[in-house]
Amino acid sequence: MPLDAGAGRLVACLGVLIAALALASLAIGPAPIPPWLAAKALVSDQGSASIIVREIRLPRMLLAILIGGTLGITGAALQGLLRNPLADASVFGAPQAAALGAVLVLYFGFAGALSFVLPLAAILGALISIGLVVAIAGREGGTVVLVLAGLAIGSLAGAATSLAISLSPNPFAITEIVFWLLGSLEDRSMAHVVLSAPFLVLACALLLGTGPALRALTLGEEAAASLGVNVGRTRLVVVAASALGAGASVAVAGAIGFVGLIAPHLVRPLVAHDPARTLVPSALAGAALLLAADCAVRLIPSGVEVRIGVLTALLGVPVFLWIIARRRGELVGAVA
Amino acid sequence: MTSLVLAARDLGVRLGRREVLRGLDVAFRPGRLTIVVGPNGAGKTTLLRTLAGLVSPSSGNVTHGDAPVQAMARSDRARAIAYLPQNGEVSWPLPVRALVALGRLPYGEAPERLTPAGRAAIEQALAQVGLLGFEDRPATELSGGERGRALLARALATKAPVLLADEPVAALDPRHQLLVLEVLRGLAHAGGVVVAVMHDLSLASRFADRILLMTGGRIVAEGAPADVLTAERLEAVFGIEAAVSSEAGGLTITPRRALPVG
Repeated sequence: MPLDAGAGRLVACLGVLIAALALASLAIGPAPIPPWLAAKALVSDQGSASIIVREIRLPRMLLAILIGGTLGITGAALQGLLRNPLADASVFGAPQAAALGAVLVLYFGFAGALSFVLPLAAILGALISIGLVVAIAGREGGTVVLVLAGLAIGSLAGAATSLAISLSPNPFAITEIVFWLLGSLEDRSMAHVVLSAPFLVLACALLLGTGPALRALTLGEEAAASLGVNVGRTRLVVVAASALGAGASVAVAGAIGFVGLIAPHLVRPLVAHDPARTLVPSALAGAALLLAADCAVRLIPSGVEVRIGVLTALLGVPVFLWIIARRRGELVGAVA
Repeated sequence: MTSLVLAARDLGVRLGRREVLRGLDVAFRPGRLTIVVGPNGAGKTTLLRTLAGLVSPSSGNVTHGDAPVQAMARSDRARAIAYLPQNGEVSWPLPVRALVALGRLPYGEAPERLTPAGRAAIEQALAQVGLLGFEDRPATELSGGERGRALLARALATKAPVLLADEPVAALDPRHQLLVLEVLRGLAHAGGVVVAVMHDLSLASRFADRILLMTGGRIVAEGAPADVLTAERLEAVFGIEAAVSSEAGGLTITPRRALPVG
C-alpha cells in the first residue's frame, strides 16, 4: 500500500530532523560551540568543550528527546482511546496533579530531589487525575465533558499545590518550586536522565502495544470488543502509561504542556488518520518539538532563560484554540 | 461455509437494576435469515449484544455449537461472530479500505499486513455492498448510506459464520435497503447464521425466513412472517391499528393509527 511507504518516509524524515536538532542542542548555549566540534567533543576529549557538551548539554538533549517523545505518544494514545482530538495528559490536569504529588513529597521532606520517590509520587498524582477524567468522560462523554472534567481536576490540583507552597516553611523553597513548576530542562544532569528514563521508556513501550486496539476503537467500544479487543485492558494500559509518562516528565522537568496535544495533529494527516500508525510519528514529532523548544529558549535574548513550559504553552494554547474553533459546531451541538 | 447453531437458553440479562431480557429460549440455525422486530425498548439490541458475547447474561447462556460464547477466547469469538452495532460510529477519517480492513483484526491482520485471503475478503466485501471505487475515500466524508454500507463491509470482511446486524438498513435509501437485505439473505442462504434487527415490518416480511417478535424482554412470537405479523399481534405488541395484506413475496403492513394506551 502506498500509505506504508508514506509512513516510512515520515518516520525517516522525523529521524533526520531529530538528529539535526539534537546536534543543534549540543551546539547552542551561552558558550556556542560549532556543531562539528560539539559532535567531536561528545565522542573524544576536546577539553572544556567536552565538559560542556557531555555534562551540561547532553543530559538536556536526552531529556528533551525522551520527554518530548513520551508526551507525543501519550497524546496520540489518549486521543485514540477517547476518539477525541482534544485529549492530552495536560488537558486532563495530569501535569498539575503530578506536580502536586512531587511537591507534597519534596516540601514536606519525605525525600530529596533525586530520589525515586519523587517520580513515583508524581506518577501517582498523574494516575489519579487521568483516571478520574477517563472515568468521568471516557465512556459516553463528549468533548465538553472531557475538557470540563480536565479543567476542574487541573484547577483543583493547582490550588492544592498553591496551598502546599503557601504552607511551606522555607521561603527559598517557594521561589524554587514556582520556577520548577514552569517547566525547564536547564541544569539537568545524567542523574535526572537515569531517574526518569526507566519510566518514560516503559510508558512508550506500553503505548506502542496498544496500536491495533486503538485502531479498532475508531468504530466505538462495542464494535472494537466484537473484533476481539479487550477494551477494558486497553483503557487501563493507556491511562497507566500516560500517568507514568506525565509523572516521570514532571518529576525531572516540571510541567510541559501541549506538546502531547499538538504532535499527533501534525502527523495524523500524513498517516491517513490511522490511530495505530499515528503513535510512532507522534513520539518523534514530540521529541522534535521539545528539542526545538529547548533550543529556542536558549536563543531568546533575556536575562534569565525563558522556561520551556512557558514557551510550549504560549505556542500550544493558540493551537488548542484553533482545534476548538474548528470543532465548534460539534461543541455547540453537545451543549444543546 | 460450515456453520453451527447459535442458541440462547433461559437467557436473562440485567442492565443496572433493569431486567432487559427474561427467560429467552431461541435457536438461530444456519441457512436462515432471522429478522428481529419489536417496539423500542423491547430488548432487541441487548439480545444481539448478548448473542455477540458483549454482555454477560444474569441467567442462562448463549452457545455457538457446543461452545458457550462467554467462555470463548476473544479472538475465537471475533472470528466466529461478526457484530454490526447500531450507532455507526467512525471517529477518524480512515480511508474506506482501512475501515473495512478492521474486519481482519480477529486474524491478527492489519491494513498494512494483509494475507492474500484477507485482501480477497476485503475486495469481496466491498463488491457485495457496492463500494468498489470508494477505497481511498475518507469514511467520515461518505453519505450516511455509504457509511452504513462500508461498516457492513467491515463486518462481512471477517467472514464469520454468524453475522448479527443491528438496524443495518436504517440510514439507507430504498434501493440500498434492498441491496443490503439481499446481501444478508444471500449470506444466510449460503449457510450462515444471520440475525438482523429492523423496524420496517413490510421489508422485514419480504426478506426474513423467520421473524422474531419481541416486547418487554421476551419473545412473543416466532416463525414465518405471515404467521407472526398479524393485525392482532401488531395491535397487542406495537399498540397500532394496521392493515396487513399479503402479496407475492411478502406482506404489506400499513400502520393506520396509534391506539390509546391501556
